[in-house]
Amino acid sequence: MTALLPPAPATPARAPAATPATPAAAATRRPAVGSVHSWDLSTGVDGPGTRFVTFLSGCPLTCLYCHNPDTWRMRDGKRTTADEIVTEARKYTRFIAAAGGGATVSGGEPLLQPVFTGELLHRFKHELGLHTALDTSGFLGVRATDALLRDTDLVLLDIKSWDRATYRKLTGRPLEPTLGFARRLADLGKEVHVRFVLVPGLTDDPANIEGVAAFAASLGNVTRVDVLPFHKLGEAKWQALGRPFLLHGTPCPTPGQTALARAAFTAHGLHAV
Amino acid sequence: MTATPAEPTTVIPAAAATAPDAPAREDAWEGFRGGLWRDAIDVRDFVQRNYTPYEGDGAFLAGPTERTTKVWNKLVAMFPTEIERGIYAVDVKTPSRIDAFAPGYIDRDLDLIVGLQTDAPLKRAIMPNGGWRMVESALSAYGYEADPAVREIYTRLRRTHNDGVFDAYTPEIRACRSSGIITGLPDAYGRGRIIGDYRRVALYGVDRLIVDKRADRAALEVEWPSSEVIQEREEVAEQIRALEELKAMALSYGFDISGPARTGHEAVQWLYFAYLAAVKEQNGAAMSIGRIDAFLDIYLQRDIEAGRLTESESQELVDDFVIKLRIVRFLRTPEYNELYSGDPTWVTWSMGGIGDDGRPLVTRTTFRALNTLYNLGPAPEPNLTVFWSPRLPDAFKKYAAQVAIDTSALQFESDELMRPKYGDDTAIACCVSAMAMGKQMQFFGARVNVAKALLYAINGGRDEVSGQTVVEGLEPITDEYLDCDTVLTRYDAMLDWLAKTYVHALNVIHYMHDKYAYERLEMALHDRAILRTMACGIAGLSVAADSLSAIQHARVKVIRDETGLAVDYVVEGDYPAYGNNDDRADDLACRIVHDFMQKVRRHPTYRDAVHTQSVLTITSNVVYGKKTGNTPDGRRAGTPFAPGANPMNGRDEHGYIASALSVAKLPYDDAEDGISLTNTITPDALGRTPEERVTNLSGVLDGYMASDGFHMNVNVLDRATLQDAMEHPAKYPQLTIRVSGYAVNFIRLTREQQLDVINRTFHGAL
Repeated sequence: MTALLPPAPATPARAPAATPATPAAAATRRPAVGSVHSWDLSTGVDGPGTRFVTFLSGCPLTCLYCHNPDTWRMRDGKRTTADEIVTEARKYTRFIAAAGGGATVSGGEPLLQPVFTGELLHRFKHELGLHTALDTSGFLGVRATDALLRDTDLVLLDIKSWDRATYRKLTGRPLEPTLGFARRLADLGKEVHVRFVLVPGLTDDPANIEGVAAFAASLGNVTRVDVLPFHKLGEAKWQALGRPFLLHGTPCPTPGQTALARAAFTAHGLHAV
Repeated sequence: MTATPAEPTTVIPAAAATAPDAPAREDAWEGFRGGLWRDAIDVRDFVQRNYTPYEGDGAFLAGPTERTTKVWNKLVAMFPTEIERGIYAVDVKTPSRIDAFAPGYIDRDLDLIVGLQTDAPLKRAIMPNGGWRMVESALSAYGYEADPAVREIYTRLRRTHNDGVFDAYTPEIRACRSSGIITGLPDAYGRGRIIGDYRRVALYGVDRLIVDKRADRAALEVEWPSSEVIQEREEVAEQIRALEELKAMALSYGFDISGPARTGHEAVQWLYFAYLAAVKEQNGAAMSIGRIDAFLDIYLQRDIEAGRLTESESQELVDDFVIKLRIVRFLRTPEYNELYSGDPTWVTWSMGGIGDDGRPLVTRTTFRALNTLYNLGPAPEPNLTVFWSPRLPDAFKKYAAQVAIDTSALQFESDELMRPKYGDDTAIACCVSAMAMGKQMQFFGARVNVAKALLYAINGGRDEVSGQTVVEGLEPITDEYLDCDTVLTRYDAMLDWLAKTYVHALNVIHYMHDKYAYERLEMALHDRAILRTMACGIAGLSVAADSLSAIQHARVKVIRDETGLAVDYVVEGDYPAYGNNDDRADDLACRIVHDFMQKVRRHPTYRDAVHTQSVLTITSNVVYGKKTGNTPDGRRAGTPFAPGANPMNGRDEHGYIASALSVAKLPYDDAEDGISLTNTITPDALGRTPEERVTNLSGVLDGYMASDGFHMNVNVLDRATLQDAMEHPAKYPQLTIRVSGYAVNFIRLTREQQLDVINRTFHGAL
């Protein structure tokens, strides 16, 4: 954690709305370190193919279904230099070149550390020659510089709900910044995969799904929609953190419910899986 | 003894009827492109000149015929009884040899490919040449009495391999054997891991092979009779005798295999007879069948092109052949089955790969072989082994990945690592042991426990479980905290001693095996000049590497009992663990592999066998763990080791690919007998749609082989399925999982092994 980053909220739930720093101000002071939760190699779940995924610590959202609540606080992360991450990722370039895939910066919310994230994406792309993806809620999209986006081949954009009240209830934040970021990505012609978590009783209202689908289809740069069925495998993490998991009693969607939600996206000509 | 001699019968089963327009026997090679193979025994040359690579997909494949399903279901109905009783039936009176039994059938009218090990399906034979004690204890474990006359023969009149070995063992070897620092030695059963080139029988017919062996014999007559020459003369004589018995056995089923096969049907049948003769006589730990897909494809393709055979008929032949391979059975003790998890025979069928000339060795029959897993349902045998290369045709890669995802019944090995060493006619024996077909064999050597060896180094040769001194002349370490340099020095000395004792034991074992249980039929299907390897092995690699890492990077405090024996360790601080693609730990694992190989190489071997080594523990990782006390990595006494070269359960923190790349660093040059990696993953860990999973798994295999990875088992399962299978085994009779080079029926595992499988390697992303 570094003084260059905005002060970490005592608890994200009570944190003031993040004030995006101006890209220019950030660019002049490029920190060598970020707060990193972990890194991982994954296949098929954090963008196409096999990917080196860096999970950054800190998130301005407090999603009720979050399965990684241990990534919420930036101060819980490990101070890690970009060099360390790139050195680690370099071990996989040969594998990824043969297997297909790339590198993804995820979190937490990577745009909470936009300079560090930008540096990682830049070096992944230009130094290691990897396909790059940014996994974000879009809430801090305004912090992503054009340069950062130029170094990003694909944005995995979570649009968690269309209904404003539901979005706020779910994340503790407003929806608008995400929509604004989505439109900016569309203007830039940046490839986007939309992610939508289907939670029975929370996000599964047909009108809600329809809203996300119509919006995504209107953008023109969304090549895929991942409809992710809610699961409770992260519940133990909430318990470990001493936080109540409010969705404890919420059922996971049935395959039929998930298929219906996908169909709503497909009806708009989107490729939904 | 009332052995039923095989009686040649003149009744030709319906299945033997060959299409009327098949070539005459003297024209069996009609349509084949000639070459060296016509004048000398050279199956590889025949394959290379005649096979048709196939670069398409699996759309041409045919489903099971009604006949296939009927035959298979007949066996499926028998399996529950076999599982319940341990064995279905056994003939206690007839020590098996090639022609000991009258013909047997699953269904005489329906069998397409004929031949059983005994006179009835699933009935096991006794093969006492390896050792009488094993036979008698297996019989009594399953509620059978040994036949007094047979006992008399094998305890008073004739010596066995087991008798010979124990006459020549030293007290040190016996001590190592009982403490478990050297385990699984083939000193009481057949060593296996020898692959006859069964294709030779189909291509040339038995008579031609006998002519060649007679020439070998004649050449030996002019050599001065050193003990080596005398031994070889006797062996070749025995090989010729075995070939004659093979002919007689085939004749008892109504087939004259003295000449070459004329059709695809005959090629499969001839090849199967040759293999059958081997498994009638040898209860080998692994009885693999070799690289046979491109060979058989040449015959099937010729028949299809001549209009003699349809695709459905071709598939039916392959299906029926595979049914036979699935019911190969040996009589073994429950303890043996516990060690190897189930009742394995390792009928490893090697397939695919790339030829020296760059053409893929993938044929339609490669697809047909994989398709048996759909037509008959998944099964652990035959052990289908795909030689993988990033250069394989994309459609085949996708198909193989699909089959792996659907059945978890495939293993993949790097064609790119094997081909430069052994050529493009290489096959796998057992799980990961590569050998050139018909030109190479191995002396199977089981393995030593390098984790336990580390404890011996700390305890000055005393066993941490029994407290007894197994190794004389070593000083115990008395420091409160383990010092890395001290431990490495003592470990080095301990491994010196272990390597010497180990090779000593293996020389004794293989001398005696050749003497009392020589594989005459399998060796009759080899060249006279063969490369022999002495296949040593290590277990507990990840535990040893992590222990050294803990000692080097953290502080390890020793807890000793009142006799000064180190019985526990307290790890203070963190240490990098093997399995995270972190050189600090991985280099220690590589060092153990390299150093032990060097130490093994210092000791001369029986018949000048070339020293090799495997990092492969099958499922015996559970048993090895049970016999090993607390270790300095924090592992508790009795906890299972990781299988093969796998990192220790739960210590790989960055997913299965990081873990795989740690394994890929182990030097194949120092482990030419193979390095095994098992990945158990949930479907979600490969992608969100079925198509993506196929593409991604194919990519993962490309990536692993491109990173010099040698072998990968892929179990694509979900935890819930396995947990349900533990509670309701009857619902999952065919649930197959791959474990370190081998696939097992999950429900045949012990509960302890089932839990281990579930807990250790689930890499499902949260």
